[in-house]
Amino acid sequence: MVAELGHFALILALAVALVQGTLPLVGASRGDLRLMSLGRTAALTQAFLVLLSFGALTQAYVTSDFSVLNVVANSHSAKPLLYKISGVWGNHEGSMLLWALILALFGAAVAIFGNNLPDTLRSRVLAIQALIGVGFLAFLLFTSNPFERVFPAPPDGNGLNPLLQDPGLAFHPPLLYLGYVGFSVTYAFAVAALLEGRVDAAWARWVRPWALAAWCFLTLGIALGSWWAYYILGWGGFWFWDPVENASLMPWLAGTALLHSAIVVEKRDALKSWTVLLALLAFSLSLLGTFLVRSGVLTSVHAFAQDPARGMFILAFLLLVTGGGLALYAWRAPQLQGGGLFQPVSREGALILNNLLLCTLAATVLLGTLYPLFLDLLTGNKVSVGPPFFNATFVPLCAPLFAALCVGPFLGWKRAELGPALMRLRIALVVSLAAIVVAMTMIDSRSTLAALAFGFGVWLIVGSLASLSDRVRSGTLRTIPRSTLGMVISHASLGVVVLGSVATSSWNTELMQTMKPGDRVDFAGYSVLLERMDEVRGPNYIAERATLNVSVGGKPYTVLQPERRLFTVQRRQIAETAIQTNLLRDFYATLGEGDPRQGWVIRLYLNPLAPWIWLGAALCALGGFVSLSDRRLRIGAPSRKPVLQAAE
Amino acid sequence: MRRLLFILPLLTLALMAGFFAWSLTSGRDPASIGSVMVGRPAPKLDLPALRPGEAPLTDADLRTGKPVIVNFFASWCTPCLAEHPLFTRLAEREGATIIGIAWKNKRDDALAWLKKLGDPFKLAGLDLDARTGLDWGLSGVPETYLIDGNGIVRRHYRGPITERDLTETILPFLKGTVK
Amino acid sequence: MIGSRRLFFMFLSPLGERSGEGVRRPLTQPLPLAGERSLKGWLCVFLLLFTLPALAVEPSEILPDPALESRAREIGRSLRCVVCQNQSIDDSSAEVARDMRRAVRERLTAGDSDRDVFAFMVARYGDYVLLKPPFKAGTLVLWLGAPLVLLVAGAALLVAARRRRAQPIVPPKPLDEEERRRLDALLKG
Repeated sequence: MVAELGHFALILALAVALVQGTLPLVGASRGDLRLMSLGRTAALTQAFLVLLSFGALTQAYVTSDFSVLNVVANSHSAKPLLYKISGVWGNHEGSMLLWALILALFGAAVAIFGNNLPDTLRSRVLAIQALIGVGFLAFLLFTSNPFERVFPAPPDGNGLNPLLQDPGLAFHPPLLYLGYVGFSVTYAFAVAALLEGRVDAAWARWVRPWALAAWCFLTLGIALGSWWAYYILGWGGFWFWDPVENASLMPWLAGTALLHSAIVVEKRDALKSWTVLLALLAFSLSLLGTFLVRSGVLTSVHAFAQDPARGMFILAFLLLVTGGGLALYAWRAPQLQGGGLFQPVSREGALILNNLLLCTLAATVLLGTLYPLFLDLLTGNKVSVGPPFFNATFVPLCAPLFAALCVGPFLGWKRAELGPALMRLRIALVVSLAAIVVAMTMIDSRSTLAALAFGFGVWLIVGSLASLSDRVRSGTLRTIPRSTLGMVISHASLGVVVLGSVATSSWNTELMQTMKPGDRVDFAGYSVLLERMDEVRGPNYIAERATLNVSVGGKPYTVLQPERRLFTVQRRQIAETAIQTNLLRDFYATLGEGDPRQGWVIRLYLNPLAPWIWLGAALCALGGFVSLSDRRLRIGAPSRKPVLQAAE
Repeated sequence: MRRLLFILPLLTLALMAGFFAWSLTSGRDPASIGSVMVGRPAPKLDLPALRPGEAPLTDADLRTGKPVIVNFFASWCTPCLAEHPLFTRLAEREGATIIGIAWKNKRDDALAWLKKLGDPFKLAGLDLDARTGLDWGLSGVPETYLIDGNGIVRRHYRGPITERDLTETILPFLKGTVK
Repeated sequence: MIGSRRLFFMFLSPLGERSGEGVRRPLTQPLPLAGERSLKGWLCVFLLLFTLPALAVEPSEILPDPALESRAREIGRSLRCVVCQNQSIDDSSAEVARDMRRAVRERLTAGDSDRDVFAFMVARYGDYVLLKPPFKAGTLVLWLGAPLVLLVAGAALLVAARRRRAQPIVPPKPLDEEERRRLDALLKG
């Protein structure tokens, strides 16, 4: 009954979305206030209905209602509650429903927080949001109905893929989708602006908080996914350049570029058509990622069920949304007149360089991800594009980006000099050079590149903080605008991520050893004793657990208990790593195969600065949120300059 | 010119979408890894015989002037069960020369498996340490190679052969109508 | 129909034995019911589930010579496990990955250069086995595409900036009588 209610709510939501997607558009073009205000009510109603539908599915999962096919296929009565709930989005249909839900919630948010928007702009934005929603709701209802019943109901379900039964992965999809779907708002703003033929400082100021919010969530989502890979895949890697990871990185890169170019529009009234394009691209790349993951055109480690029929539907949808946006762009964007002139060496110039490099990075990822497909279709040749390729192409491009990143904030608008900017960065320059020397001499003399990258990490941190030095000296640190503070935090935290990834991938120590209970091994100054092996029973798995006593200089230091879990329903084994961290390094242990006669394979890793990767990413998102809390964005509804309106 | 610049994103999208649609409709298997063996002389073959008392397998067995089918299998491999009757049929009805190679399989297990299911192999080898498999570009079992009378690999099937493979490629190959 | 078929697949349990990891398409067995195309689609799904995130290089494989071993690791990280999704042979526990790791170590011990080892693998599995595609005609666009975009776009921007600089900035027209009078009035308030 509840499932039918959920299904019905979904159908109603589609109807509401259709209304929301059409009438306000008509109202905006006719100047009909009544039709325009409909958008707001419809947005709130649609969000309520999708929420109801989502609640119905969650209820079916929580109560283990095995008359619903989706629950049978992805849940099991013995599963812990958390994974019953996360099971809702741990499958194709449920995750699409989550997409639709977040989309509707963002629409409602625009309706609620968009008070300061002109009526026409708001109703157009809401209508476009709703049109995207129509696509997703129709996709759900016609190809991926999560409420499909099964008769007779089986006694129990198949359980969730054990890899997904993990707290990290339980929250990874919602965060990621908040990011992906958040860019639908910037897309809607861009299309609305193209419809109105007007992009100005006020538009940039309106769109930036949405872009910033989406970007923060996406950053967190990507970081959580990478953290999950780090501890579940069992050998300390944190980024694999897998198509699914690449699919999330591309919108992140485009979104980052958008955040920067929107500043230029806001402050200098330049880069307008380019910013609109980025706003379209950030969401288009999110959709592209969805298509790649679900259509089956590429294979990937962690893809959902793939089905060519669904692939065709998403492709058509992708074409409609992206193609529609880009066609409108091709038609209307040439009329957007660029404003303020500037010299190449200036804040604008630096931001353009940033955009150029970020977009090249995104293009590298796109090309690398899709090339095997292209080549196979064209010539039948099979190639693989993996981490060594991206290390050779993506990573070097980061160098100029990072180098320029610290200089940009010291350049003035319109026209600036490099000399004085570099003078103010001299301390950062000296410190990072010293870091390179230290890395070369004291850590590892063989890897020059790692030392260089380490230097870049230090440069990012010190160089970003340097922009605060003036305020510290003049005692005005307290009055610093939140947006500036957010920028400094995000920039510096990028350095933290760089330090973490360089250190852990270049300077880690590892040991592999076959051990029996009672065996002791020396590892990087620690003495590790395999005290015992136990068999433990979890709610839905049985596991072998090793107890490793780690001591330093005879004194007990810590106990690590890596496990190998066998999930009984799916008969799958998962290695559960044990990690002890002191925030400067991870002591990482995994249990491999073995038996009492020959012993078990134990792997030990010491990953220096590894926690900084996720700490840095979290800080980076935090910087975004700090910037989001800036007064300017919260209040002070910007108004359009009459001059610009007249110029139209 | 400037106008063209604004159309560029749309063109890029069209190009990409074209590829995607092509991929979805072509029936391309994204998991397929292809094979470099096709068109080349068959890799080296030098294996002990699986069945006791038989002569070891050598390159000469692949260059007899007659087409040969080489099948890698294992008793622990489930899909091998599915294709096995097809080989039996090929051997019995078509008189095909099939060389079976047990991959990563204990001799006794492989022999017991063949005893139970029937033994269609004219010659059988044992590749316990999988070195020959590696030389043949094997990715797992079952895999099957069609080798012509001159010892050139004409086809390489990864995964079990199907009824369709049998009628569409293997039988014509044996009759010499397919190169 | 789709639903029931999926259900049927879901109830089949994957192989648990270790020896089965090297098997491709372990579920093809008695399923003449599904059409070939959709069968393949579903097999993909199951292949995904089979890639165990277990560990790869094992203690027994490690070469006594640390220099040789570290070369073997470097090579292993650049070779793709042919039955996995985007995993290197060093990260994979599949049977064939194990064989490839052993072959890499045997070649290195026999005195092969890194290049020889890669060539050895390419001769057997094609370019597919290289995680970094070779630079050749077919991969020109892959390697040069993005840098080319950067160069062209960067050059275009610089030219545009230079051209803009070449144009003298026209000083604003001096105010005429009427405007001056209005400005004075405004300034006086």
